[in-house]
Amino acid sequence: MSYFSGIAAVYWKDVLLEFRTRQSLSTMFTFCLTIVIIFNFVFEPGSPAVVEVSPGVLWAAFTFSGLLGISRSFSFEIDRGGLQGLLLCPVERSTIYFGKVLGNVTFMLLIEAVTFPIFVVFYNLPPSMNLLGLGLVFLLGTLGFVAVGTLLSAISANTKAREVLLPVLLFPVAVPVLVATVKSTGPLLRGDDLAQVASWVKLLLAFDLLFLAASSLTFEFIVEE
Amino acid sequence: MKKNGRLSPTDWILWGLTSATIAVALYAAFLYAPTERTMGDIQRIFYFHVASAWIGFLAFFVVFVASIAYLATKAVKWDILAASSAEIGVVFSTLVLLTGPLWARPVWNTYWTWDPRLTSFLILWLIYIAYLMLRAYAGEEEKSARFAAVFGIIGFLDVPIVYASIRLWRTLHPKPVIAGGGGSGLAPQMLTSLFIALGAFLVLYVTLLHLRIRLEKVNRAVRQLHLEANR
Repeated sequence: MSYFSGIAAVYWKDVLLEFRTRQSLSTMFTFCLTIVIIFNFVFEPGSPAVVEVSPGVLWAAFTFSGLLGISRSFSFEIDRGGLQGLLLCPVERSTIYFGKVLGNVTFMLLIEAVTFPIFVVFYNLPPSMNLLGLGLVFLLGTLGFVAVGTLLSAISANTKAREVLLPVLLFPVAVPVLVATVKSTGPLLRGDDLAQVASWVKLLLAFDLLFLAASSLTFEFIVEE
Repeated sequence: MKKNGRLSPTDWILWGLTSATIAVALYAAFLYAPTERTMGDIQRIFYFHVASAWIGFLAFFVVFVASIAYLATKAVKWDILAASSAEIGVVFSTLVLLTGPLWARPVWNTYWTWDPRLTSFLILWLIYIAYLMLRAYAGEEEKSARFAAVFGIIGFLDVPIVYASIRLWRTLHPKPVIAGGGGSGLAPQMLTSLFIALGAFLVLYVTLLHLRIRLEKVNRAVRQLHLEANR
């Protein structure tokens, strides 16, 4: 089995499992929507502050709900001994990591794609936004968050604390992603050109590449038995 | 430590050196260095503040190197070194976060500001608090060592990116409180005092590391005995 078909097999297994059970996606989406609604109570309806803080609300909702999916992606493997089966496959260990990353990115992007239009309606955002730019930032930001999150989820799922530990490990490390996505989402929501936020996009790209590389190299040390 | 529990010659040397250098550093910071013209005596906290920050960085760098060495060799000594250095690093960086606001209140007129250095240092501190929590909850020794080593590498790689991101964020928005601030154009005696404080804290770090490593070894030996006794 080639390297890439190994990744595709792990990815397809996760996607198939999710679409048969829909456990992660349904909780992620409901939670994401709940966060968007709860944050609404913080501001006076119709106040200009809403537009100012909306990128932060959006990314809080994306990352908190994404955390649910990321933490499940390894814990359910451990509950039913699935990880042992994956490790017995005659593929390189990092294929498991990349397959899981792809799966988590897919799930988070799906949630983002469904939540975003609802968010625009709820927060009364002007329609003159840079959709293409937003798509790029969502993709790069999600990839960075998932790249670190998947690695740390493999760690936390194997500890006594399980899911409780993951946010404590993940959020401080993911600070650059959060800052970069929030700061670039703001101008893009107002319809600014992608060139306006080029330095943030470059930062996201650097973060993604660095942590995909570092995580795929260190992943095998986490799952070895 | 020898079997009879007395201090070894190394212990005596380290303790003596630490006491002497700390005494010299106190003298340098409080008596030798001139009083800063605008900030007054409060500026003297700077010598210990900056020294703690540098030693904190050094300690986390040691964690990073020891983590790589552990994954490469699987030798327990590297894990013990990483665990010990991380804990001492957290102590020094907590000192930084405590002495900073003490100085900032009279000088900047606020305890805290979201300046790039302050913010990224706070994130750095959080990362290593998480590191210690991971160690506490990981379970078996060997597993905890592997997990902590991976997180020690990831966490340290993150530090420059955190700093870059926070700086990019703050340069887009002008700083509200910091007008001049210290650090530029130090008097020669001030620079000397800073290096003395740095040297003293370096010796203190080595001493603490030495003691912490020994404690960790004793700890593991006791745990091993427990396991054998319960078998």
